[in-house]
Amino acid sequence: MAQHNPWPDEGNTGHIWDEDIRELDNPPPLWWMLAFYAGFVMIIFYALYYPAIPLANSHTKGLAGWTAIEEYKEGKGQLEAWRQRTFAAEEEQLRTLDVTEILADDNLRAYAVNTSKVLFGDYCMACHGWGGAGNPNFPILANDDWQWGGTVKQIEAAMINGRVGNMPARGMMGNLTDEEVVQVAEYSLALSTGDGDKPEYAAGKAAYAKGMCMACHGPAGKPVAPIGASNLADGIFRFAGVPGNLQASTLDSYIYTIKYGVGQKHVEGTRIAEMPSFKERLPDADVNIKRLAVYVHQLGGGQ
Amino acid sequence: MADPNKEIYRPKIHTGSVLDDVDVKASRTLDDIGVEILPLHTGGTVHAKRTGGKFRTFKWLAASFWIILFIGPYMRWDGSQAILWDLANRQFHIFSLTILPQDIWMLAMILLFFALLLAASTAIAGRVWCGYFCFHTVWVDVFTWIEEKIEGRPAKRIKLDAEPMSFSKFKIKLPKHLAWIAIAFMTGFSFVAYFTDAFQLWERMLSFQLGSVELAVIGVLAVLTYLTAGFMREQVCMGFCPYSRIQGAMTDTETVMPTYDRDRGEPRGRAKRPKPGEEAPVLGDCIDCRMCVDVCPTGVDIRLGQQFGCITCGLCIDACDEIMEKVKKPKGLIRYAAINEFAGKALPPIWRRPRVIVYSSIMAIAAAAMIWGLSNMAPMDVTVLKDRSPLFVQMSDGTIQNKYEVKVVNKTNEVIRAQVEVFGHDNLVYIADRVADVAPGTVGTISLLVRIPRSEVGTDSLPIDIVVTDQANPQVVDRYRSVFHAPK
Repeated sequence: MAQHNPWPDEGNTGHIWDEDIRELDNPPPLWWMLAFYAGFVMIIFYALYYPAIPLANSHTKGLAGWTAIEEYKEGKGQLEAWRQRTFAAEEEQLRTLDVTEILADDNLRAYAVNTSKVLFGDYCMACHGWGGAGNPNFPILANDDWQWGGTVKQIEAAMINGRVGNMPARGMMGNLTDEEVVQVAEYSLALSTGDGDKPEYAAGKAAYAKGMCMACHGPAGKPVAPIGASNLADGIFRFAGVPGNLQASTLDSYIYTIKYGVGQKHVEGTRIAEMPSFKERLPDADVNIKRLAVYVHQLGGGQ
Repeated sequence: MADPNKEIYRPKIHTGSVLDDVDVKASRTLDDIGVEILPLHTGGTVHAKRTGGKFRTFKWLAASFWIILFIGPYMRWDGSQAILWDLANRQFHIFSLTILPQDIWMLAMILLFFALLLAASTAIAGRVWCGYFCFHTVWVDVFTWIEEKIEGRPAKRIKLDAEPMSFSKFKIKLPKHLAWIAIAFMTGFSFVAYFTDAFQLWERMLSFQLGSVELAVIGVLAVLTYLTAGFMREQVCMGFCPYSRIQGAMTDTETVMPTYDRDRGEPRGRAKRPKPGEEAPVLGDCIDCRMCVDVCPTGVDIRLGQQFGCITCGLCIDACDEIMEKVKKPKGLIRYAAINEFAGKALPPIWRRPRVIVYSSIMAIAAAAMIWGLSNMAPMDVTVLKDRSPLFVQMSDGTIQNKYEVKVVNKTNEVIRAQVEVFGHDNLVYIADRVADVAPGTVGTISLLVRIPRSEVGTDSLPIDIVVTDQANPQVVDRYRSVFHAPK
């Protein structure tokens, strides 16, 4: 720093380096400084108005009583109110009309489908997969293989009441031997390819009769009524693999199912095929079940 | 003017000047180009005189083109606004034409066409846009016309400006500013009226229900118009506008521009009766009356040569011709002329200049593409979204089913009854959930299921054609190629 100041009149601070680099004192204009200090003063008002100072277990609440979550809820409320206002007519129709009437109306059907996607993602997708693609041991909704019926009414009923799959182990009377179980399984598999009447499956066919399987699954593997029994005559299988090994063959899967049944409380290792009732689970279930029934119906296999 | 130390233009020192191939010594008009430091007008507001003449008349005719801006929004066509850029619904209406975002490439052709039109006109006749058509030039012209009507001729205005503010000055100034503000407001308002229904916009404004965006756009445009046309004036052309710079660079030695004929005009001066014994000085045709400077809206002196402050409006030509007529000398001391004319070279006809040929061919291509696009605009646009979750499902009857969503965009002004057909396999069965009635400018959605027996789909995917036909007008057909997926 130079002792001698060769530029006494230019308003420098006296800090001079390398002969001629000097620090000048050029304060901002007064109005600018006033605005700057006014900014500091505003801190007081902000601190009083908004939650600001952390305390040991809490914080100052501020005079405005503002919270981020309240602001969020308010915004969300506005969105909801807008939705209710904009789609009041459609929502009212969903509430009053029967689900078959909703399905028959092109516009209402489109509305129901478009407003169902989030609900389906939240409540159905975990088991049934996105778009009803299904998951191992959870039914595909996009095909026309419905155990409990594929009309929109039946789909609605499934959601309202829930569905509990029930199949006794080792035939209806529980009297099939291990050998007969295998024969029935082979016969059932043959039914799905249309080979059930071939002579090599005669024993299985007899065991099928002995186990009274046809009471539910129908005489040739086709259930006569949608009572929850799966259609054995098509190539769509309700269960995949065996517990612990999803890659096991379809035959092994059939053998396991026949041996242990479905939903048999006293049989250890029995298969579970349960869907809970969504009457209580879904918010605003009156409307939303109808909405979802229409959505599921149009996934690809509604009848 | 004739300073022996002046830095004269030296060919080959600068590279790539238009004058490199011109014998600048052939003419003093050329010899002096670029000699002076071309001045910007810095003496406050330019108060230009207004005279009559053919360029003045042409300027008014060109300016009247902009009346369309103000009346355009009120034109109706089939009961709705004829020209409407409906951003909210993503539709552009131009009379019977509705352009959806799918066809927006045509806008690029329009822009290309006009960009090249600017280039071509500049190559031929300099800054034609700047001088006659540019909205800034036109608005400034109208603003100063109003100023003259209210405050009087330039001398009076300069005197008034110099006076301190008083009630009488205020009384003169106020109507002018009110008129300016009215025009500025209508400019902003008319602009916004192209984006929403003009009559409803009036209604909303008069009941104080304008949306914030509308209000902001009208306000900003009005304020900018008021400031630029009322106060900034020629400074916008010189300091802000990129086009004036670009166009200045697009002229060449064959471009005609307002030029002062120095060979004929110099030495300038007023002819005086010679005193006895003295010889009358030899003077050029310029009598140094400064009319060309006085009428210039940008305040430049054209006698210093063509310069960047010149917007080539031709008003100096009008003024000079009037004087030449009075002093009984031939007109055209200032005239539209090209550098080559002064260099003694003949100007080739317009259609034999390479730049003009290139520019106009590109313009022709752009115009042709636009016309082709407009006449072949597909009335319907079909897109098919293949459902990918699940990719396919097996049905009870042993068929494989794929699901699709068919989106039909209606680009016509009539309702389209969209019916779906599917081709691609002999044993293919399809179920469309509806025949969709698609309103004009909207998108209809049809849910489509396609089934093929599993035994017949060997490969894991095969192409299928989804054809949508308008039942109301069966010539309207569009097809979309999609795929059918099957298990491996």
